[in-house]
Amino acid sequence: MTENHPTTTTKTRTLAGHQLAETSSHLLEVRDLSVTFPQPGGSVTAVRGVSYHVDKGEFLGIVGESGSGKSVSSLAVMGLLPSSAKVSGDILFEGTSLLGRSDKELSRLRGDGISIIFQDPLSALTPVYTIGAQIAEALRLHDRRLSKQAANVRAVELLKVVGIPNPERRAQAFPHEFSGGMRQRAMIAIAIANNPRLIIADEPTTALDVTIQAQILEVLQKAKDMTGAAVVLITHDLGVVAGNADRIAVMYAGRIVETGTVDQVFHQPSMPYTIGLLRSMPNLATAGHTRLVPLEGRPPQLSNLAPGCPFAPRCPVVIDACRTTEPPLTLIGTDPLNSSACLRVAEIASGALDRGHLYPVPEPVIAAERADVASENVLAVEALKRHFPLSRGSIFKQTIGMVRAVDGVDFEIKSGQTLGLVGESGCGKSTTIMEILELAKPQSGCVTINGVDVATLSAKERRTLRREIQVVFQDPMASLDPRLPVQDIVAEPLTVHGIPARERLQKVRDVLDLVGLDPSMASRYPHEFSGGQRQRIGIARALVTDPKIVVLDEPVSALDVSIQAGVINLLQDLQEKLGLSYLFVAHDLAVVRQIADTVAVMYLGRIVESGPAEQIFENPQHPYTLALLSAVPVPDPTVERSRTRIILEGDLPSPTEDINGCNFRTRCPLYKLMDAAGQVRCRSEDPIQRPVEGSRVACHHAEYIDLMTTTV
Amino acid sequence: MSMLDEVPIGDIAAGSPETSHSKKPVSRLRLVVSRLRSTPRFWVGIIGLVAIILWAIFGLVPNAWNATDLDVYNMGSRPTGLHWFGTSDIGEDIYAQTIVGLRKSLIIGLLVGPLAAIIAGVVGAVAGYLGGWWDRAIVWVIDLLLVLPSLFLFILLSPIFKSLSWVALIFLLSGFGWMIMARVIRAQTRSLRERDFIKAARFMGVDTWTIIRRHVLPNVSSLLIIDATLGVGGAILSETTLSFFGFGIQAPDVSLGTLLTAGQGAAATRPWLFIFPAAILVFTVLSASLVGDALRDAVDPTSGVNRD
Repeated sequence: MTENHPTTTTKTRTLAGHQLAETSSHLLEVRDLSVTFPQPGGSVTAVRGVSYHVDKGEFLGIVGESGSGKSVSSLAVMGLLPSSAKVSGDILFEGTSLLGRSDKELSRLRGDGISIIFQDPLSALTPVYTIGAQIAEALRLHDRRLSKQAANVRAVELLKVVGIPNPERRAQAFPHEFSGGMRQRAMIAIAIANNPRLIIADEPTTALDVTIQAQILEVLQKAKDMTGAAVVLITHDLGVVAGNADRIAVMYAGRIVETGTVDQVFHQPSMPYTIGLLRSMPNLATAGHTRLVPLEGRPPQLSNLAPGCPFAPRCPVVIDACRTTEPPLTLIGTDPLNSSACLRVAEIASGALDRGHLYPVPEPVIAAERADVASENVLAVEALKRHFPLSRGSIFKQTIGMVRAVDGVDFEIKSGQTLGLVGESGCGKSTTIMEILELAKPQSGCVTINGVDVATLSAKERRTLRREIQVVFQDPMASLDPRLPVQDIVAEPLTVHGIPARERLQKVRDVLDLVGLDPSMASRYPHEFSGGQRQRIGIARALVTDPKIVVLDEPVSALDVSIQAGVINLLQDLQEKLGLSYLFVAHDLAVVRQIADTVAVMYLGRIVESGPAEQIFENPQHPYTLALLSAVPVPDPTVERSRTRIILEGDLPSPTEDINGCNFRTRCPLYKLMDAAGQVRCRSEDPIQRPVEGSRVACHHAEYIDLMTTTV
Repeated sequence: MSMLDEVPIGDIAAGSPETSHSKKPVSRLRLVVSRLRSTPRFWVGIIGLVAIILWAIFGLVPNAWNATDLDVYNMGSRPTGLHWFGTSDIGEDIYAQTIVGLRKSLIIGLLVGPLAAIIAGVVGAVAGYLGGWWDRAIVWVIDLLLVLPSLFLFILLSPIFKSLSWVALIFLLSGFGWMIMARVIRAQTRSLRERDFIKAARFMGVDTWTIIRRHVLPNVSSLLIIDATLGVGGAILSETTLSFFGFGIQAPDVSLGTLLTAGQGAAATRPWLFIFPAAILVFTVLSASLVGDALRDAVDPTSGVNRD
């Protein structure tokens, strides 16, 4: 410190540098970004003036429905938009602009400075290279001096970091040999390979099951902590960001409509859209007690936006000014990070407009309209089995294994009741309902509908019985024939039963009215309807024969969050008006909690726990149920932070595997806590269902379930 | 980085057409037509084809000669004001003969293309939808027909067909022109069968034939239309080939093929005998193929020009 002069110069230089960085002291800053795609029928502006920033080590969640522009805006950051897209505004990463840079320069930055994790890890990984080679490629691209061996060693280390068992061997595996969750882990390994300063995760868990989603979010958090990188998590699921993100930006129709810290957005939302979204989501903490509040209408088309606030047509507190001027993002209080794009933000923030009563709660069906149903079993399934032989060879087939898709399932549905069948993908839910819907003699076991064993039916009786049991499929677009007008689609079940054309048409109009669609739209084609409307058409088709039982195969999982609530409410109303029985198959536990009276939890072709919904959700007795419930993210940051998660290890085993004893023990957290004698029992003895505290549980040690919550 | 590029582009392509036309409902047909109209190939093809057809219908009106007339004063004449395309050795007017030949070839082509597509559609849909033994048997027949050299079969069968009229040729040609398309339709149907709307129909109790008629065939119809259009050019070519070798159209009927045979010996010395029918043939087939090609690109947004 003797030489004073040089120090001052350095100081001034850093000051000058700081001055420069003052223009953007953030790690990433997006300023007034707009993205337009030219289209033959007029250009579509997918992003309309989005500004946000991310600081070092920050976790930003961007939430929006499909088509809100959330993915496009982050692809713009990566420079991965197609060349036809017109981008305006500015994107600054570490103070320098990314727009207008050549692909080569951006390539150097991608992976090294910014890396991205895509939604579908199967299409994001090259199928012809091993996982290890792909990670090594990412490493060597940015560090040419790294030798091949060193890169491979590092790749194995990275796989270990993201929690892939046996990383040395797994590095030699190809993407198709990995399960969905493992592929996403591998993607995260590639993303963090070069210690990026920013990780963009675009719906990283949407394609995954809840238990795997919980694992991946944990890995993502770990990766963030290890590399110190900032994370931008793009999702449609408010629950996913509640527990992890620091700040949230809510997007609607190509703009950010509300931004703030997690607590601000979840506890004091001030944009009616955010409020509506939060109220319309079924959530494990509140579901089943209150009716959902639907967010009416549909997101606007970006190709020809009307002037004014894009949310105005759906907004319950719309005023005339909303229709003429689009509100800018304005500060709500004094916090510079908390702002909202609503003209009435002051009224909402001050409480003059009550958040809780912004949206009218739909009235339940009045008692006079309710159908009275005698309590009887309408559908009973006993010891249903469906095994698919795995065979090899084309001419001389030899069986090399057995897929136990459904392996002894029992349940019954009473009239006017809903049974929720839940489980992860691959647990045999779909096979079970397909077996029931075939109305044929099952491989083994017995299906009884209205007291009639379907195995004994003649072809004619079977056709008559089809009137009684109808189905609604998951994807409303796939389940409606695109080449037929809606009236023909809905009338199709009637044509089977030889009902005259005039009567058919009248019936179609009646059911369309019943599901809340305008009967005058009957002559249109499915593609002219929105997702929610299409699902209503699907429901109308199921109801047109006046069935007693409706099988609902994930009826809302393909719909946007804001639309789900309307369909769930409709299903509940219809059940009460018509006295229907539902077999409701879903993987979303919150939705099941909302609608089901009784619940059966499936795992690997078996029902591991069944009982009244209340009991299963409040007081689960099987370790799998407990873990499943704990994996569901709750859209409430305070709840998310305080609760402990039980994270299941590994993936769902393949149903071809022969597991001795209890088939859940390979992942069971309770199994690890048991003493040696208990473990032996799990290994050797297949648990049968037995009543424990009001539900039927297939676990030897259900009484010790509390061990899981106390020790974790 | 191409692996990273693939996802966003696919996303946008999948998402934006829907957003662009679901507000103002544009039917698929209108979309196809508007795409067709922006393809130059389609205009070249359709104008060419319409011109050829009009010419075949009205071409004889301004001409002084009929196809059977013999002008004994102008035998082997080169193109003149009197005989626009010249005359043959025995004084037949080549212009009149070309038009009559073209009529026959066009009729055969326009009938064989669609007929083969219909056979392909029905057989393919039945095989694909029913599966099991039906599928295996039908595929076996298709494969058998594919490995047999069809020209050889035509030649073998030609004595029978010679005794019948030229109409029999239509059935013969379509009988050997449907196999490849049937395999495509079968594959399409197999994937359609797993779609929810077909499953839904099955669970409603709709019978098999109704499902094929109402749900399967309309959903593969775009493929069939393309196949029928592309088939027109192919059929004209096959007919000409057969007739050229003397197995197709028999005298006194004329087609472009028989004209080419008649003219081939003189192709070097009196080129008008050969060149005019040949040029018309090339032009017709090219026009039909251009229309079929443009149609395929318009119906299938992932093929050819529409890809980014």
